Amino acid sequence: MLTFSRQEPGRRKQTGNEGIIMTSESIVHFHRMKDMPSSHLLGTGTPMCAGCGGLETLHNMYDILGEKTVFVNAAGCMTLLSVYPFTPFRGGWLYTAMASAPAGAQGVRDAMDILLQKKKLSTEDNMEVVVITGDGSAYGMGLSATSAAMDRNLNFIYLCYDNEGYGNTGQQYSAATPHAAITSTSKGSHGYPGFKKDLFSIWAAHRPAYVATIIGAEPLDLAKKIEKLQTMTGPRMLISLAPCPTGWDYDPKLSVEIGRLAVQTGIWPLKEYSDGKIKHTKIPKQRKPVEDYLKLQGRFKHLFEPQRDEAGIAEIQARIDAYWTRVMA
Amino acid sequence: MNRKLLTGNAAAAWGARLAQVDYVPAFPITPQTEIIENLSLWIDSGEMDARLVTLESEHSMITAAGSAATSGVRVFTSTSSQGLLYGMEMIYTVAGWRAPFVMVNVSRGLSSPITLEPDHNDIMAARDSGFLQIHCATCQEITDSVLMAYRLAEHKDIRVPAIVNQDGFYLSFTREPVSLPDADRAAAFVGEFDPENLQFKASAPLSQAMAVLGGGPYSYFRYETHLAVQRALSVYEEVADEFASAFGRRYDIIDNYRMDDAEYAFVMMGSFATKAHDAVDSLRNAGWKVGLARLRLFRPFPQEKIRQLLTARRAVAVIDQNISMGMGGVLHSEVAAALYGLKNAPAVLASYIGGLGGRDISQVEFFEMINELKHASDKSEPLPPRLLYTENELTEIRKLQAIAQVEHADIQQAGTGQAETDRK
Ligand SMILES: Cc1ncc(C[n+]2csc(CCOP(=O)(O)OP(=O)(O)O)c2C)c(N)n1
Ligand code: SF4
Repeated sequence: MLTFSRQEPGRRKQTGNEGIIMTSESIVHFHRMKDMPSSHLLGTGTPMCAGCGGLETLHNMYDILGEKTVFVNAAGCMTLLSVYPFTPFRGGWLYTAMASAPAGAQGVRDAMDILLQKKKLSTEDNMEVVVITGDGSAYGMGLSATSAAMDRNLNFIYLCYDNEGYGNTGQQYSAATPHAAITSTSKGSHGYPGFKKDLFSIWAAHRPAYVATIIGAEPLDLAKKIEKLQTMTGPRMLISLAPCPTGWDYDPKLSVEIGRLAVQTGIWPLKEYSDGKIKHTKIPKQRKPVEDYLKLQGRFKHLFEPQRDEAGIAEIQARIDAYWTRVMA
Repeated sequence: MNRKLLTGNAAAAWGARLAQVDYVPAFPITPQTEIIENLSLWIDSGEMDARLVTLESEHSMITAAGSAATSGVRVFTSTSSQGLLYGMEMIYTVAGWRAPFVMVNVSRGLSSPITLEPDHNDIMAARDSGFLQIHCATCQEITDSVLMAYRLAEHKDIRVPAIVNQDGFYLSFTREPVSLPDADRAAAFVGEFDPENLQFKASAPLSQAMAVLGGGPYSYFRYETHLAVQRALSVYEEVADEFASAFGRRYDIIDNYRMDDAEYAFVMMGSFATKAHDAVDSLRNAGWKVGLARLRLFRPFPQEKIRQLLTARRAVAVIDQNISMGMGGVLHSEVAAALYGLKNAPAVLASYIGGLGGRDISQVEFFEMINELKHASDKSEPLPPRLLYTENELTEIRKLQAIAQVEHADIQQAGTGQAETDRK
């Protein structure tokens, strides 16, 4: 049985090039919410906005991955997690640049593997390398570096927190921005004219060890996925929808609700790819209308006020319906 | 010692091999590629115990070089020209990380127009980054400088990356006899890499390359890097002494040739200085008291040495193989800054730009420069900056322009002809 104990990260066995392998000594399996860690590992007092969905995902993920992790970061909101002399991370952190966090991970992983091989680093001292970037980096500037890291079968985890825009610079539209969203560079009456890029498929086309979509508001689904990828080596890729009160224009207290609605309306399908197969991990039985999700967010307000834009809402709904018809077929 | 005929690229690869590097992030670009091909061959055949990874760009390559060095392994990498500029964001970044590794740059002119041949605009673009810079004029110097560069970069009082520069084609593809240091003695000279606190390990949590808020901390860390780079001036002397006693070859910060009683001097960097070397001999034969000063260490900039060397000369010609658009030669400005305000600074400090994109600097031109220096210093008149170009070259480019115009006219005519047929 492959499980682990969160309280005793030191008991997880690690081997050189294979990264972290879990053992049967441990006890917890994520079946129910009550199996979830009750306190967070990541330090508090970060400068992230209240209700930051990206931070919620990071908390949930870090609790499970534990402190034997080196986070390699690209320019974005999360860069401000570690501001000298403070860091909320109990393991390692390296800020690189907007385009090359996966290459930074390559250097760290290779160096640690070389040191393990030369017995200059003990297996107890080995760490998992985790890239953390926003969507601007993942869908755009860093895509080439990410693609190449997968080509090289780099043994790492990639977390993209997808707040659907260049958040740190004031939420300009990115390749992850959904159709019709108002951003600071799509302020026209119809919002962003383009469509969100399907990064999951682009990543999966590389046939890495693992790709999954997650969201902080569904911690059990997230935990199961993290647990699963810990049994694997190679590129393990995660895209988390990251509700962003600041960029999406809603009250921070709605973050969890908006996250749940993203899943319940089917606009953010929770799924995973491994061994050439895609599986949906949480299929909404009765999909709620997408407007339940849209109307809570200021960036879609123009779809409802001053008049309802029936055609606009219907178009978004139709795309979601078409997606699910395709996958359920 | 093992004497071999080696290209500059092979000499660079030998430097990395003798330094027993652990890790080589790589990316191809002419005229540098042969370096990584050599290393890759040795690694695949088991002659070298290292790991080579080809990244998808120089931006990523330099990121990986920096992140591996800050994770505690000895890193070597190399690039050239467009590659160096493509990675420029990371050149500055990894210097700020204080990641000690060595990179060989094979100088090549920058686009545009695109060319393969050498000049120093690429390496000048890295001037302010925090990398040390050693400039070579022979293949022997390349192997030796790579070994010395590790000592400097990894020195606990310095800890910044270093670039060893060589000129594309003139060195990279030119075979010269190179005495390869014995592997054990080279290893003993370079020593083991002691990463000290630079390492990720579970038992010693560490956040690196963090953001700062405000100009206070920012300035502090920037000044720290600047001071560390400056410390390389004195550490260099120790390293050069040790190198000389281990291998019998001495490399000074400035390589002086017939400077002792020189009234006139050429100041240069890189392999084109060997052209000046020959010119100095001929000029000496013709009765001129002239010498050559070739800067090996460009960062840190040896201001004090420049002062000692050039004061009390009648006139000095700084020959830049680079051009700062709208300003002129970079080395000229720096030498001028070093000499500013000194009472016995040379009355004439002339600036010549030459050797762009591999353009030759002929012996005649060196003679002409000395004539100009003499003339100007006799009359105590400053010399305007000169862009070296001969009448012959101008005639040649005019011919090319004429051809381009004829071609253009032909195309236009053909285009009009087509339009007329269409209308019919
Ligand atoms: C090369 C480069 N270009 C631009 C920037 C400015 N910049 C900093 S953060 C950022 C936005 C990044 O967006 P994303 O990856 O979505 O992360 P988020 O800010 O949303 O967390 C930009 C454009 C930069 N740091 N580097
Ligand atoms: S702007 Fe959005 S993603 Fe960035 S910290 Fe704030 S809530 Fe989080």
